[in-house]
Amino acid sequence: MPAFARRPLLPAFALAGIALLLAISAPASAKDWTVTISNFAFAPAETDVAAGDTVTFVNGDDTIHSVVADDGSFHSDGLDTSDKAAFTFPKAGTIGYHCGLHPFMTGKIVVK
Amino acid sequence: MKPENEQRDGISRRHALECMIWAGTGVLWTVSGGLPRSLSLLDSAEAAEAAASGLLFLQISDSHVGFDKEANVTAVDTLHEAIGKVKALPLKPSFMIHTGDITHLSKPDQFDDADQIIGGTGIDVHYVPGEHDVVDAGQGKAFLDRYGKQSWGQGWYSFDQAGVHFIGLVNVVDLQAGGLGNLGAEQLAWLQKDLGGRPSSTPIVVFAHIPLWTIYPQWGWGTADSAQALALLKRFGSVTVLNGHIHQIIQKVEGNMTFHTARSTAFPQPAPGAAPAPGPMIVPAEQLRGMLGLTSVSYVVGQTDLAIIDSTLA
Repeated sequence: MPAFARRPLLPAFALAGIALLLAISAPASAKDWTVTISNFAFAPAETDVAAGDTVTFVNGDDTIHSVVADDGSFHSDGLDTSDKAAFTFPKAGTIGYHCGLHPFMTGKIVVK
Repeated sequence: MKPENEQRDGISRRHALECMIWAGTGVLWTVSGGLPRSLSLLDSAEAAEAAASGLLFLQISDSHVGFDKEANVTAVDTLHEAIGKVKALPLKPSFMIHTGDITHLSKPDQFDDADQIIGGTGIDVHYVPGEHDVVDAGQGKAFLDRYGKQSWGQGWYSFDQAGVHFIGLVNVVDLQAGGLGNLGAEQLAWLQKDLGGRPSSTPIVVFAHIPLWTIYPQWGWGTADSAQALALLKRFGSVTVLNGHIHQIIQKVEGNMTFHTARSTAFPQPAPGAAPAPGPMIVPAEQLRGMLGLTSVSYVVGQTDLAIIDSTLA
């Protein structure tokens, strides 16, 4: 009669591999940030975020605005009162932006 | 204003225009025999002469179809009223020029409504876009699909009528951070070609949304590269520049150039620096229609300056 082979525990290297996969696919909480547009200004004017975070712009004015990256990397449609536009920033760097209708309104996102 | 004999030379007409600016509410003053007479809009011998042998046209601006906030919850209604006034004019204008911000959000139904209401006059309309007309996902495609036939680039073009050369310019696209309106190199090159070879005696009318001279840069009320355009226009004996965007009348006369911004038909905006921001200005209901309106422009063949007369909805 063959003896039952003891089921081995998962090999240690497999366990380590699974842990690594979990770490890559679920980074320590990507955050959401909010920039409010009010009185023809972005508040806050500078938003510091981590790579992978999302910034949501909300229009609080009674006329429309838009959000346009200075380098063209993002461009919202016209945002009416209470409308939102969200952008995610995967790479480190500084991105200046402005309102496409009122370009004297400016802000920046610093991604670390 | 001291009465003076009506003259046909450029300088005293310019003085008369400047006085009319401060009179404000759409009354046409003519001076003859030393006594000023006031006449209602487009009901003057001058206007009749223009309509008969020259040109009579209207400037309408900033209708913002789709705007429904406190400054005017019924912007479409005030547009209807403005168009009603056009339909009731005793002398029919040859056409209208719309200096932009036709819609509030570049949405198809807003363009549809604007076209239907403004088209109700039955006269031709020449459009240029405002920044509110190019916020669609196609960044200006919605406007061009509707009004861009026979235009170049983002919608600039020219046409001639009654010996006057009209040029529609687009200065609301690709606005750069911190900046003003923008014409761009391609449009300026086109303008140079368009003006080349025209006799300097040709009266020119230029229309664009954002003012082509610097009124208040802190609020973007100016065009960064307009100096190049104005330099090309300088040699002409009569240049009239019609703009919108600021929802109030501001005018300037410099040499042979007359600059004029029109009222909106939708909502007023504050005077330069009179508020923290250039947004819609809320005024008491009974004052609103006195701050909205239209502009008529008449050209009499042989006269240098066009007569610009602003009128309000009430």
